[in-house]
Amino acid sequence: MPVRARDSDWEGVRLHVVTGKGGTGKTTVAGALALALASEGGRVLLMEVEGRQGIAQLFDCPPLPYEERKVAVAPGTQTAPGGDVYALTADAESALIEYLEMFYSLRHAGRTLTRLGIVDFATTIAPGLRDVLLTGKAAEATRRRASGHRVYDAVVMDAPPTGRIGRFLNVATEVSGLAKMGPIRGHADTVQSVIRSPETAVHFVTVLEGGLQLGAVIINKVRPTGLTDDQLTAAASGDPDRHELILGLKAAGLENGTGADGTNLAGALAAELSEHATQVLSQREHRRMLTGAGQPCYDLPLITDGMDLAGLYRLAAALREQGAA
Amino acid sequence: MSEATKVPPRLDADRLLDDPRTRIIVCCGSGGVGKTTTAAALGLRAAERGRHVVVLTVDPARRLAQSMDLSSLDNTPRPVPLPESGSAAGGTLHAMMLDMKRTFDEIVEAHAEPGRAEQILANPFYQSLSSSFAGTQEYMAMEKLGQLRRTEQWDLIVVDTPPSRSALDFLDAPQRLSRFLDGRLLKLLTAPTRAGGRAYLKVVNAGFGMITGIVTKVLGAQMLRDVQTFVAALDTMFGGFRERAEDTYRLLQTPGTAFLVVATPEPDALREASYFVERLSEDRMPLAGLILNRVHRSPATRLSAARSLAAAEALLPGGGAAESAYAAGGNGAEGALPDVTRYPLAVAALRLHAERMQLIASERRLAQRFTAAHPGVPVARVIAQPEDVHDLTGLRVVGEGLSAD
Repeated sequence: MPVRARDSDWEGVRLHVVTGKGGTGKTTVAGALALALASEGGRVLLMEVEGRQGIAQLFDCPPLPYEERKVAVAPGTQTAPGGDVYALTADAESALIEYLEMFYSLRHAGRTLTRLGIVDFATTIAPGLRDVLLTGKAAEATRRRASGHRVYDAVVMDAPPTGRIGRFLNVATEVSGLAKMGPIRGHADTVQSVIRSPETAVHFVTVLEGGLQLGAVIINKVRPTGLTDDQLTAAASGDPDRHELILGLKAAGLENGTGADGTNLAGALAAELSEHATQVLSQREHRRMLTGAGQPCYDLPLITDGMDLAGLYRLAAALREQGAA
Repeated sequence: MSEATKVPPRLDADRLLDDPRTRIIVCCGSGGVGKTTTAAALGLRAAERGRHVVVLTVDPARRLAQSMDLSSLDNTPRPVPLPESGSAAGGTLHAMMLDMKRTFDEIVEAHAEPGRAEQILANPFYQSLSSSFAGTQEYMAMEKLGQLRRTEQWDLIVVDTPPSRSALDFLDAPQRLSRFLDGRLLKLLTAPTRAGGRAYLKVVNAGFGMITGIVTKVLGAQMLRDVQTFVAALDTMFGGFRERAEDTYRLLQTPGTAFLVVATPEPDALREASYFVERLSEDRMPLAGLILNRVHRSPATRLSAARSLAAAEALLPGGGAAESAYAAGGNGAEGALPDVTRYPLAVAALRLHAERMQLIASERRLAQRFTAAHPGVPVARVIAQPEDVHDLTGLRVVGEGLSAD
């Protein structure tokens, strides 16, 4: 573990699980967090579990196989060079084959079982079995050691959405009804002990559109507002100061009323301001509800011109500045 | 505008809703794109135009559920009172939330003899299967759709698909369940119990012995027994399951069904929408069009992002606009630039406008990419609302947006 220049809010946490409602930007946030965590050196594994190849798209590289591959070098700080971000696209079938090989030296049998549809079977009849394979892989990577050292300083998991995260992480309970004893139960219990330990934190990504969760909160796609509270309140009630707007537009050399499309520019901008203000105030309301419980909360700016690597590094920097890594 | 820009045909939602031959509308798309809201808005609009509608929703946000008076999850369609202005056309609106476990239990109870049904309901594998999210929800949504259709109580059913990993799960899950029930592994696992308990200990053939050997080793003997009991108990219902899954699948292929793919103008959502459109055509499912949800517009499109930003900059200290644009004070004695302008509201408005114009341009690019790949797919745009939809009025606004252009 490299010497850290400063503390983050998550000292001691080694498995970061990132969840949130669909469309909130879980993969992006997970990627940014992995970069941020690797900023002071070391090695971070970014893992996705739903086979969507979201990481490959995010880091602009070819589709990833079931294999840990280096996808990025973190930006680094003044005192330390940046560390490495590795990525893994995990799927239940490959995890099963690996599991059978690791614990039973049954690689060939694993293939046979896969051909016969055991994963299909597990997914259909008891998704808990599938989940235990995936969370098991994350737990294994988190605990893996080579020549006495941890292989990864941190593991970031791009996890299933909020609606399914409870079940997904609650492997032991999910499996205990099915396997009261035996190897699967043992495995599930081990995985559960990693997930329940203080080494694991579950972060929630939200975009301030309603819905309440407990835990650490990362607010994604935050739009800055250049307005004061008074201006916001006035604009939200549909009454921004048009006089000031008209004078300003004039000072900036923009014609009003006689615009090329014949519209009233000040009126149009006032309408946009009102919409923006309504949105900001409603978001503030959501934020008040979200942060009421006092958990750490980080804001990530909205990237308007399309998400790319540069945007990802910006988000990683924002996370670090706020102490998330 | 380049010449290559293709304009998609416009999706006429009202025509679809008014056509009495439209009996089922399926709203699909990836998570977080507003499927549930769209389904509810379509249902309301159809009811207000005189149809007898039931909206089958799977996982509505709390406020949306409240807007339709859906406070309890009881697996039964409940009437949604229409405002007076909306009931003039003589339509009605019902809404229900799917309870997948109850739906599954009901199938078991209806199709197995009482003793066996009890055995199935108590089995840990059945309990896991019936209450888990993966697959079962999709299958049960299909099942419920079939049930609602058979009652002939409604002339239009609007279905909101479950929040799956991928929009395709909705089509795949029922198939997966029936494929699973026919699977070789299952046959291998059930063979010993069918042959009568003890035969299980005898190795019938090498391959079989190896498989059960491994399964026992990995799962443990107790778990294997539970699986076998469960599978054997379900055995009598296999035919029923497969038949129903296939029936509903065929129902989806009939011309009375219309698939509406919902997407927001964002890369991931539109990529999923593309997959779905391709898949629907492969499966010969009738696609009605794409609903592009939460599209941004501006009332001042002639003012480009670049000009707007330049104007905002001109109003700031050091900007090109007259020195008189500065507010008094902040003479820079401490080296701090006075970031004060006499027109903060105009600066904020111009910056916001620039941001919005950039967003509009990027949304337009994405939509054009979709249309270039699927030129024949009609598109309807729903303008982004500054706030969540939380009542019937909000739903009506969405519905109106779907029809006007």
